[in-house]
Amino acid sequence: MSNNNATKGKVRGIIANLVLVKADGPFMQNEICYIIRNEVKLMAEVIKAIGDVAYVQVFENTNGIKSGADVVFSGHLLEATLGPGILSSNYDGLLHNLSTMTGIFIQPGDYTDTIDIEKEWYFTPTIQIGKRVQAGDWLGHVTEKSLIHRIMIPFIIEGFYTLKDIVAEGSYKASETIAILVNDKGKEFTVTMVQKWPVKKAITCFNEKPRPFKLMETGIRTIDIMSPMLMGGTGFIPGPFGSGKTVLQQGIARQAEADVVIIAACGERANEIVETFTEFPKLDDPWTGKKLMERTVIIANTSNMPVASREASIYSAMTIGEYYRAMGHNVLLLADSTSRWAQALREMSNRMEELPGPDAFPMDLPAIISNYYSRAGYVKLNNGEAGSVTFIGTVSPAGGNLKEPVTEATKKAARCFYALSQNRADSKRYPALDPVESYSKYLEYQEFRKNIEDDLGGDWTAKVTKLKNYLRKGVECADQISILGDDGVALETHVQYWHAEVIDNVLLQQDAFDLIDARTPQERQKFMVNHILATLEAEHVFESFEDVRPFFKKIINIYKQMNYKSFKTEEFEQFRSSLEALIDEKNNHNTSKIDSVV
Amino acid sequence: MSLNKIYTNLSKITKSTCTLFADDVSYGELAMVDNRPAQVVKIMDDEVTLQIFSGTEGLPTNAEVIFTGKPPTLRVGDDLAGRFFNAFGHPLDNGPNPEGKEVTIGGPSVNPIRRKMPSELLATGIAGIDLNNTLVTGQKIPFFTDANQPYNEVMSLVAMRAETDKIILGGMGLANDDFLFYKQVFENAGASHKIVSFINTTEDPPIERLLIPDMALTAAEYFALEKNEKVLVLLTDMTLYADALSIVSNRMDQIPSKDSMPGSLYSDLARIYEKAAQFETGGSITIIAVTTLSGGDITHAIPDNTGYITEGQLFLKHNTSINKVIIDPFRSLSRLKNNVIGKKTRADHPQVMNAAVRLYVDAVNAQTKLENGFELSDYDQRALQFSFDYAEKLLAIDVVTDTQEMLDILWQLFAKYFSKDEVSIKTSFTDLYWK
Repeated sequence: MSNNNATKGKVRGIIANLVLVKADGPFMQNEICYIIRNEVKLMAEVIKAIGDVAYVQVFENTNGIKSGADVVFSGHLLEATLGPGILSSNYDGLLHNLSTMTGIFIQPGDYTDTIDIEKEWYFTPTIQIGKRVQAGDWLGHVTEKSLIHRIMIPFIIEGFYTLKDIVAEGSYKASETIAILVNDKGKEFTVTMVQKWPVKKAITCFNEKPRPFKLMETGIRTIDIMSPMLMGGTGFIPGPFGSGKTVLQQGIARQAEADVVIIAACGERANEIVETFTEFPKLDDPWTGKKLMERTVIIANTSNMPVASREASIYSAMTIGEYYRAMGHNVLLLADSTSRWAQALREMSNRMEELPGPDAFPMDLPAIISNYYSRAGYVKLNNGEAGSVTFIGTVSPAGGNLKEPVTEATKKAARCFYALSQNRADSKRYPALDPVESYSKYLEYQEFRKNIEDDLGGDWTAKVTKLKNYLRKGVECADQISILGDDGVALETHVQYWHAEVIDNVLLQQDAFDLIDARTPQERQKFMVNHILATLEAEHVFESFEDVRPFFKKIINIYKQMNYKSFKTEEFEQFRSSLEALIDEKNNHNTSKIDSVV
Repeated sequence: MSLNKIYTNLSKITKSTCTLFADDVSYGELAMVDNRPAQVVKIMDDEVTLQIFSGTEGLPTNAEVIFTGKPPTLRVGDDLAGRFFNAFGHPLDNGPNPEGKEVTIGGPSVNPIRRKMPSELLATGIAGIDLNNTLVTGQKIPFFTDANQPYNEVMSLVAMRAETDKIILGGMGLANDDFLFYKQVFENAGASHKIVSFINTTEDPPIERLLIPDMALTAAEYFALEKNEKVLVLLTDMTLYADALSIVSNRMDQIPSKDSMPGSLYSDLARIYEKAAQFETGGSITIIAVTTLSGGDITHAIPDNTGYITEGQLFLKHNTSINKVIIDPFRSLSRLKNNVIGKKTRADHPQVMNAAVRLYVDAVNAQTKLENGFELSDYDQRALQFSFDYAEKLLAIDVVTDTQEMLDILWQLFAKYFSKDEVSIKTSFTDLYWK
């Protein structure tokens, strides 16, 4: 925003990326300003004011800044530019387009636009002149990739306006006026396809936010069956490094049932996001058959990029999510990792010499985290349509300790807990989610139960409970066996231990690198659950504990071979019948034996 | 820069910093204080605080302060090859000063979309690495090791065996003996001409270490980007680097976070490790580092933060049953291995590798049973026998062979000790390789 009477200032002090600026006029808390270093403008945000001195955190390395350098205040907060053209884009944490930057390195001050506002879009109006409208109402749409992109009344509009004029169907530049609104006092407002919104504020142009109820299928069995995520739900994945967090998150990003997927790489490895850049344009979206990249937005503020923009990246991502939700889409937002975000907050709080809370994190960390999680959700829009933002964040607990402040604060805010276990990862049981520790509070939601049982049968949640019980028993039996020894426990203990092993090996473990096994659609999940439960419920009698392992190992092996085959193909059915033959044989064999004994 | 003003009035001296009034100073600039190198760490109006790398002992209040007008730089060019430098990029080997282009060290980060996905195998011949923890060019990975493990030997072995165009050694707090060891290994291998070393030994001021990784990586970026070379950067020991960070933050009155480390430890380490990259033009920077542990504790802030940044870690461990140092198959991990295994190596590699580790877990459980005084089942016995062979023939760091051979050895071991059901590998592979 060019503003003639904008406040200006001069740099007074520099300590790492905290700069003190003496301002010649008024400025806002969290206002964006630019520090001039050798003719390059470096972006910064006001984080404290004392008298006429603004404390600003600079989104760049501050080397080379001198005392007395010029500063220009922008008059606005950190904003996202929202409009068609966001999908498939790659941004930094401040929504500068990485693809339009020049050079191999990101040069400080190379601030590119979020979207190309000169680009033309074919606009179809869907509203009549004279209608009363409010913020978030749909005026019409353009097609972005294969998605209907609603053009909405800007979110910053307050109260009701009347639609005075709207353009006819046709191609328009994103920056062109497409509608004029007027309010009761005769105040006019022009609307283009582009609007701005301060990222740290939630977009609340909806009617209500009911409890989520619909499964967001990921094709990852241990999630969908044992700890389901819902559209508009929240969850977090804490895990020590090396426990498979990244692979799991990438699997979710690829396979989830969502219209838009936003991946916020927040202070994580660049090579991981490079993998996404490289693979997504080639991979198919299993839900639409289009390329995955078409539905994806990447916000890459990797660990070596400036810390202050790492904090912003999380908010930028949520703002884009809320924007697409307001169009009635289901958005999945993945943030890896929210711990890095918390660390960015810590670094700044430290430099501001605030009194520290636990582990030197700022005292209000839990409030900041829960406030952020609350921006996700399933919403009913004012026009009766619905949309959702599902949020899954990873947490990187220091030292793998789940009692550290970020994990604890997140646990209170998120509804699903996906506990990655180091032990499982060490023994290559992937995905390494601990099935007993992990939970989804949604399993208790009546709305969800009703919805899923309409699809999968009225006893679905009872079956899930049964599976969990088998697993719990398995853990107990494993403990007993290791304490008392193989022959110190009842035969039944061995059998129960192996029941859990079957569920673990066949249902929970999944090969993320196998084309078929990586994704299990709901129908196949239903088949597997029913088949495994039937297998476990069949009567198997063994002579001694030494017979138990070979029998179940055989079963597991055949089930695994089935997992690698396409559902219901000839090969699949062959394995299936050999499995069933094996089970029957064991059954009959033993039954007859029991008879003869009796 | 003959116009540089000389200041001679220090207003404040602390253990590692001095403060004076000066004009036109930029943040991060280098200065000489009483002929000691120093860097601007704080500016408040015209009051400038300098951190003196070697400390302030004996510093007079009228010490001569000369600002250089620029942050630390390195002159990069082909003439760096074969040379030894200190933390400021000054020759340690009596050779001439390098004459290349002067660049600021610790430059900006690579635009992620200009990177290429690392997908080129970096074979080392060491089975414990190539089989279970395959390395890829453009990767960053540390050895997590106790101080008594032969990590410098293993790292030099990896460096000499890996196929690279340049090797940049960044030595931080390197014992002089170890420095001489590296020098000798390089000379014996006849590889001196492709090695550039930046060395801070235990005899040098610890704060100077903070410049070593940036120096090494600035040189690496030159060779990788200007010459499209495959560059391997060795950083040893990053724990000593982090210790220097904590000294500085303590002296700057910052509130320490976990384990007395600065709250910015993660970002500080990431800035270094993320310089590892595969570039579109073919050049690459691979970083292999050493992080020494204290009593194997990986929950300490240094290894913990490192683990979240690097693409895996290699654990050295003494295996008592074969009495050799092995690459621990449980805690070691190469995150990028999936980019190459089964693609650049034989297709059965991923499944064979995982099956072996699963069976090794069974062996460890059997071992626990044995130690607790329980009888072992037939399966337990076989698993245990397998684990001895596995450690001896593949995990020990002195095993040197190629990947194909490693896989064949595993298939032999599988068939020797187990049934197909117990190994549980796709039938398409067992049909081919089970003997």
